[in-house]
Amino acid sequence: MAYAFDFSSVLEYREALLAGTVKTLGLTAVGAVCGLAIGIFGAVSRAWRLAPFDRIFTAYVELIRNTPFLVQLFFIFFGLPSLGVQINEWQAAILAMVVNLGAYSTEIIRAGIEATPRGQIEAAQSLAMSRAQLFRHVVLPPALLKVWPSLCSQVVIVMLGSSVCSQIAAEELTFAANFIQSRNFRAFETYFIVTGIYFLLAIAVRQAMIQAGQRLIARRAR
Amino acid sequence: MSDISYWDIVRNLFDGLLWTLGLSLTAFVLGGCAGLLVLFARIAKHPLPRRLALGYIEVFQGTPLLMQLFIIFFGSSLLGLEVSPWLAAALGLTLFTSAYLGEIWRGCVESVPKGQWEASASLALTHFEQMRHVILPQALRIAIAPSVGFSVQVVKGTAVTSIIGFVELTKTGSMLANATYQPFMVFGLVALGYFALCYPLSAYSRYLERNIHGSRAH
Amino acid sequence: MALVRINGLHKHFGSNHVLKGIDLEIEEGQVIALIGRSGSGKSTLLRTINGLETFEQGEIQVDGEHLHPHETDLRALRQKVGMIFQQFNLFPHLSVGQNVMLATTVVKKIGNKEAEDIARTMLLKVGLYEKFDAYPDQLSGGQQQRVAIARALAMQPRVLLCDEITSALDPELVNEVLAVVKTLAAEGMTLIMVTHEMRFAREVGDKLVFMHHGRIHEAGDPQTLFSNPQTPELAGFIGSIN
Repeated sequence: MAYAFDFSSVLEYREALLAGTVKTLGLTAVGAVCGLAIGIFGAVSRAWRLAPFDRIFTAYVELIRNTPFLVQLFFIFFGLPSLGVQINEWQAAILAMVVNLGAYSTEIIRAGIEATPRGQIEAAQSLAMSRAQLFRHVVLPPALLKVWPSLCSQVVIVMLGSSVCSQIAAEELTFAANFIQSRNFRAFETYFIVTGIYFLLAIAVRQAMIQAGQRLIARRAR
Repeated sequence: MSDISYWDIVRNLFDGLLWTLGLSLTAFVLGGCAGLLVLFARIAKHPLPRRLALGYIEVFQGTPLLMQLFIIFFGSSLLGLEVSPWLAAALGLTLFTSAYLGEIWRGCVESVPKGQWEASASLALTHFEQMRHVILPQALRIAIAPSVGFSVQVVKGTAVTSIIGFVELTKTGSMLANATYQPFMVFGLVALGYFALCYPLSAYSRYLERNIHGSRAH
Repeated sequence: MALVRINGLHKHFGSNHVLKGIDLEIEEGQVIALIGRSGSGKSTLLRTINGLETFEQGEIQVDGEHLHPHETDLRALRQKVGMIFQQFNLFPHLSVGQNVMLATTVVKKIGNKEAEDIARTMLLKVGLYEKFDAYPDQLSGGQQQRVAIARALAMQPRVLLCDEITSALDPELVNEVLAVVKTLAAEGMTLIMVTHEMRFAREVGDKLVFMHHGRIHEAGDPQTLFSNPQTPELAGFIGSIN
């Protein structure tokens, strides 16, 4: 029995695919920016043992890293309203992405900060720099530069993981796929093409982040 | 709803937890075996298996696990195979695991110092003998901590299989949340269940990592 | 009055008593060479002078700034005390010019234009004017160490501490760094150096301080001490070096 593949029936829905792609990228961008901000703050708190934030962040990181993203998403979307917090599917998806990426980047950036050679800190201290100045100018830039590839990987992982946001009806790329295959009854072709889109997105996002990192952090053209 | 007691919820979730555990173990063991094949292809002398393995790894690391599961699920029905959610879940996670473990282990093999290859080559060992007696034993020691660390990702990955209808912990939780109208409590318990599985693995992986670095210093 | 004054300084690392009551006075413009075997406490003494190590007992005074036991806010003192390290410790993500300008702009809040002028002047002084835009990893060890000197000088310190600044250099690069230090000494900069370069200590130093087991064992004019050590420990140390 020969199955006749029909990919054109998927491409008829290119507008839905495009809209889903844009939403997935938007989710990822917001998640990445806010997640990194949390990560920097969390990493400093943990590396420098700023009470009480160090304890709070330790618990937060362990909690997030040891539970599935899907469960975090359900907990936020279905659980919070029962506490009286009204939240729509996009707010829930964004919140889950930020919380998730915040925990991972805390861990990643902390490793970079803790790898700072002692001599760098002593040199900055002997130049009369305050703790905040030292951190801002001497510790953080090389630490971020060092762990930037890991951060890029983590952002890509979280972007791919965001496909489960379709489960709370956030209309991102996977949701678009589900919608299309319910219309054209071509599940395999639809998911195949959407998988390809994710693959290209993963490559593009990684490349873009690596480029951006070299511009923003390194401030040097090599 | 009063006809579902707290005890019912916990008992059902525990059943789901066992399925999660079973799927995790299956995927990790089978994925480990397949991961060895990926590893050997990835470090083969001939460039063809190396490239194939690289492509395999990049595809599985560059696409969502959910899409991989969908493709397996719907693809096999195109082939005329009736695949149960359990089988699709086990197969999907096994492939996913093999790609990640293969890549992790390659890193471990390559972190064995070059001098070890040169020294063993100078003793006239063949490539296979070098691997068997010199490189792999050292790589294995390095590989344990990151492998245990990755097992956490496998356990968490099993949650995605709920979407293709495999009834494990998350799926059980969703059904109970719908039936009881107590999503906060139910998903809190679900999260706790995953935490109970994952945290010991994370902690053990960290402990192993510290120990390896500690013993290297001597 | 002495520029640097150290009274009854005691320091422990755990149960290890590394400084056992140090008294030392350094006049403005003096060049002090601290010598001794490793573990004698000479590096620790140097590092306490700008607060990289705390101490339990005693007092340090630099140009009117007091440093007391367990003190942690040292920024006023550190603006008067520069330090050069064995491992250079340049900031790898900043260019040479940015390395020299960082503390003047961030700590002293000097404007960019003026800070750049200062940086260029200091780089000229250490003979690296043309390396303003280079990055540390593009420089030799000797050049990096000269940038580190320029970076410390840009803060216009009253005292410069040098912690074995030529020990990490290849032998052929030692002299270019020592030449810079010699110029500074000639210009009247107050220098406290931990060094293994005995010939240099003898030539440039105004005062030699020999440390042994956490104490100043012998101190005085370098020429006299080298040719006529008063204690068997110093005699033995000089003998072991040559």
